[in-house]
Parts: sequence; structure tokens; C-alpha cells
Amino acid sequence: MTAIVFDNVWKEYGDHVVLERIDLTIAPRSFVALVGPSGCGKTTFLRMLLGEEKPTRGKILVGGNPLKTEPDADRGVVFQRYSVFPHLTVLANVMIGREFERACLLGKLFGEARRAAEAEARHLLEAVGLKGHEDKYPASLSGGMQQRLALAQAINRKPRILLLDEPFGALDPGIRADIHVLIRRIWNENSLTIVMVTHDLSEAFRLGTRVIAFERPRNRPEELERYGATLGEVSAKAIVAASGASITQDFDVWPRKVAEPLPSADTQLDLKLASANGAKPPG
Amino acid sequence: MRLLNLKPDRTWSIALAALPFAALLAAYMMGSAMRLAENPNDKLLPSLTAMGEAVKHYALEPDPRSGLYLMWNDTLSSMSLLLTALAISTFIALVFGILIGLLPIMGATFGPVVGVASMVPPLALLPILFIIMGLGDAAKIALIVIGTALKLIRDVALRVEDLPREQLIKAQTLGASTWQIGLRVVLPQMLPRLIDSVRLELGPAWLFLIAAEAIASDSGLGYRIFLVRRYLAMDVIIPYVIWITLLAFLMDLALRLLQRKAFPWFAGARAA
Ligand SMILES: Nc1ncnc2c1ncn2[C@@H]1O[C@H](COP(=O)(O)OP(=O)(O)OP(=O)(O)O)[C@@H](O)[C@H]1O
Ligand SMILES: [Mg+2]
Repeated sequence: MTAIVFDNVWKEYGDHVVLERIDLTIAPRSFVALVGPSGCGKTTFLRMLLGEEKPTRGKILVGGNPLKTEPDADRGVVFQRYSVFPHLTVLANVMIGREFERACLLGKLFGEARRAAEAEARHLLEAVGLKGHEDKYPASLSGGMQQRLALAQAINRKPRILLLDEPFGALDPGIRADIHVLIRRIWNENSLTIVMVTHDLSEAFRLGTRVIAFERPRNRPEELERYGATLGEVSAKAIVAASGASITQDFDVWPRKVAEPLPSADTQLDLKLASANGAKPPG
Repeated sequence: MRLLNLKPDRTWSIALAALPFAALLAAYMMGSAMRLAENPNDKLLPSLTAMGEAVKHYALEPDPRSGLYLMWNDTLSSMSLLLTALAISTFIALVFGILIGLLPIMGATFGPVVGVASMVPPLALLPILFIIMGLGDAAKIALIVIGTALKLIRDVALRVEDLPREQLIKAQTLGASTWQIGLRVVLPQMLPRLIDSVRLELGPAWLFLIAAEAIASDSGLGYRIFLVRRYLAMDVIIPYVIWITLLAFLMDLALRLLQRKAFPWFAGARAA
């Protein structure tokens, strides 16, 4: 399985240290909730995990191997916004992952292959509660529906790691509760490790098996001044810039949540989702 | 009610839109009538009847010398140059714009060149084009292409860079290759935006066409107005200018309709 290991990872932009001394092992099948004040580097952390950014120091291992240095189909992602393609219908947004996989040259499937991909996508859309919206464009969906779509799109490619960057930040509490159920089910029914950034502590505890907090050391200029530090403002700023956020809290959530064991590794995701939704899997 | 909240309804909108046109027409007719009352042979502001006569002569009767219906012949010749040139420009802009905007290596290689080249005033190149390519259609098409394509390339490249970074990352996490991303994510999103850019380049395209026709041609709308200028034939020039304006307006309208019909998702995506 794919344990994720951060080995003394630092991330700096120029002189600005964003993250420092990140030592972390994420067990396979865990659901990690990442919290911390705005600007402390949570998104930066995810982007390193995606392969979009390289650590300045240290290394990241996935399943014992160095992380691939560009995003790939092993790691799915849902952002807070812009996660779906505005020019594709709901159905096409889910299918496109399969089309990228199977149609190297045109990125588009035809005939029998297309019908298969379409059926698969329809199953998945039904499972995330978007049945009946297949032909709409994302702009005419509500925020909650767009995020459901983004989830369906991401899991259709069956990633082993799913990264969520404040995916539900813009949703109202009722819709959020619905989508929490969905994400729990997705986590239970797929061989997935999830890392989710959130600003909502209750969300972190409700969903996560493990909660990790990032924070900068408390040496902001105003605090230093309050303590009558003799440092001038310039050097106080320099200290802040020179010290990045690191892990300040890390605990397993109790009661312990365990992902339901998968019946068999190769069971089709969409069928299981469909069956959870009440439909009978064929065979 | 505040003025900025006062919105005309549909009938009023049409009436209000017609108002400036009517005022313009009335002012012209008054000016023309006044001048003609003073001097019936005045050429500067011909009466509407005189212009009607000229149009009839140019559009509905064959030219005694060539046997051609001059206005249609001019229109055909100008439009075919213009449309050919715009098609070439659009294609070039799409290919190079996407390459430059999407691939950092291409951006580094060609971005600066395109930036510098798009600052060359195209009309200054016209003599060079005439020398190299002769006085035929090729030089005129080349002028329009040079004059519009470089700006379109820059425009498309900028719009590709404006695509949310999240979309490109997302496509990669769905396993897309660079080629697939270009084909399925970037290209379809650039087409409606390119229509906007082409609409803005219609004006410059007409400018280059008329300038080129004025200098070297034997047909075309620009050629005709510069030809009859020698005889102060305002009764021909004014209808021709109106006709050119109308053609340009219709092209703009057609592009707008194409955008709306062919890319139904675009209005919503743009608003979001
Ligand atoms: N490409 C970049 N270049 C320079 N600095 C950057 C870059 N990306 C992020 N930063 C800086 O890194 C710090 C952390 O940013 P990040 O987006 O990771 O924060 P965050 O924890 O996700 O915040 P939020 O909760 O507001 O989303 C910020 O101070 C930001 O200015
Ligand atoms: Mg963030």
C-alpha cells in the first residue's frame, strides 16, 4: 500500500520560509485533516504532495518511492474552485478522465468504448446525487453540486491518494452535511488515502482519522514588541520570514474510525457506489 | 429614482437606439438641402436621390466598359481578400497562441519575438510586401495577416495563461498528456475567446485592406472610393462607406451569433 512519508521537508519561496521540518508518515487508508491559520502553508503542502511544487529541502516518498515530480492519475484533487471544466457538460466532465486514459491521440472516445465510459460516468453521477443533471454545464450548477461533480470526476480515475483543498469551504452547513456523508462513503468504498485541508475544526474531527495542525512559531513582530523584545522591527520581521510553519499538533481522532475493508481490490468503484445508492450491481 | 437605475424597456431601447441615426440623417439632409439651394452643382453633400442614382448605376447596371456590376464585383473582391486573410490569421493565432501560452519553452522562445514584432506598424511594411510579393492579392492578404495575426497570437497566449491553474493541474491528475490538455481543455476554451479577439481585429483588418487597395488594385471597395475621389464623386463615396460599415457590422454580428450558438457554455462561464 502507499504510505506517504515526509522526511524533513522544507519549502521556501526566496527568503520566505513557508514550511519547515515537516516529518510525517501518513498510513495508507487514513483520512488526514489538515488545519491551521490562513497563510500557514496548507495549500503549499498539498501542492508539494501533488507534485506541482518541489520541496526546497527534504524528500517526499510514496510507497517507498520518491514522489513523481508532476501531477498524475495516482493523485486526484478537488480544489475549492475551478475544479471542473466549464466547457464540458456534467457527463463529459466525469467521462474525460477515462477518455484521457483510453484515447491517447484524440482524447475522445467513440462507439462502443464511448458508450461504456458514458454508462460508467452515469453510474457515478447517480451515486453522488447528480442524476438528471448530466447535460447541464457546470456554470448552471450550485456550488455544492459543482463540488460533487468534482469529486465524481476525481474518483472516476481511481486515484490512490485524494487531495482536497478546502473543498467545502463555500458551502452552507446543510449541503456540507450531505457532502460529508458522500465523502465518507467514497473513502470507505475505495482504496483511498485522503488528505483534506479545512478551516472547519468540527469538519476535521468528524471526517478525519487524524488531525494535523500547522502553525508558525509565535514570534510575530507585534508579539515581540509586546514582550519588549529589544529587536528592531526590521530584524523581527526577518525572524518571521526566516521561520516557517511546522506541525504543532498531530493526533488520531477518537473514537477510532477505520475504513471499511474492501471486499476485493478490483471491485468496480462505480458499481459499489451504485449499490450503496440502492441500485443492484449486475452479476 | 436614481438615473443609474432607470432602464429603458425593449421598445424604448429600440427607439433610443434609432434616435442618433435619425438625427445624423436629418442633419445631413438639412445640410445637403441648404448647400444645394445655394449651388445646385455642389458636390460635397449630394442629395439622397443623387446617391440613390449612383448606387443604382454601380449596383444594378453593368458597367458599359467591363460589363461588370461594379459594386458587387468590388464587394466580392474585397470580401474574399478579407475573409481569406482573417481565416489565415485566426488559424495562426490559435496554433501559436496556444503553444506560447501553454508551453513555457515555447513562451520563452517565441513570446518576446511576437511581442516585438507586434509593435511594427504594419502599414510601414506595405512597400516591402509590394516589392517582394508584387502588387497582386498575395501582398494585400499578407498585410492583413501580419497586421492582425500578431495581436491575435498575443491575445490567445494571454488568455491561455489566464486559464485557472487549477484546471491544468486537474487535467494532469486525470492522466492527461500535454497534447490531450491542449486538445480537450485549452483549445475548446480558446475558440469562443478567439471570436471576441477577432471581432476587435475586424476594424484593423478593414483598415489594412482599404489602404492596400487604395495603393495598388483594379477592383475592391477601397480601390473604388479612392478612384472616384478624383472626380469628387461624393455620391459614390458616401454609399460605399455606408456599405463597408454595414458589411463590417454584419460580420461582427455574425461572429457574435456564432459565439452564442456554438459555445452555449461560454456566457455562463464568463459570468462566473
Ligand atoms: N508561488 C508562491 N510564491 C511566493 N510565495 C508563495 C507562493 N505560494 C504561496 N506562497 C506563500 O506561502 C504562504 C503559504 O501559502 P498557502 O497558500 O500555502 O497558505 P494556506 O495555508 O493554504 O492559506 P489559506 O488557508 O488562506 O488557503 C503564504 O504566505 C504565501 O504568500
Ligand atoms: Mg489554501
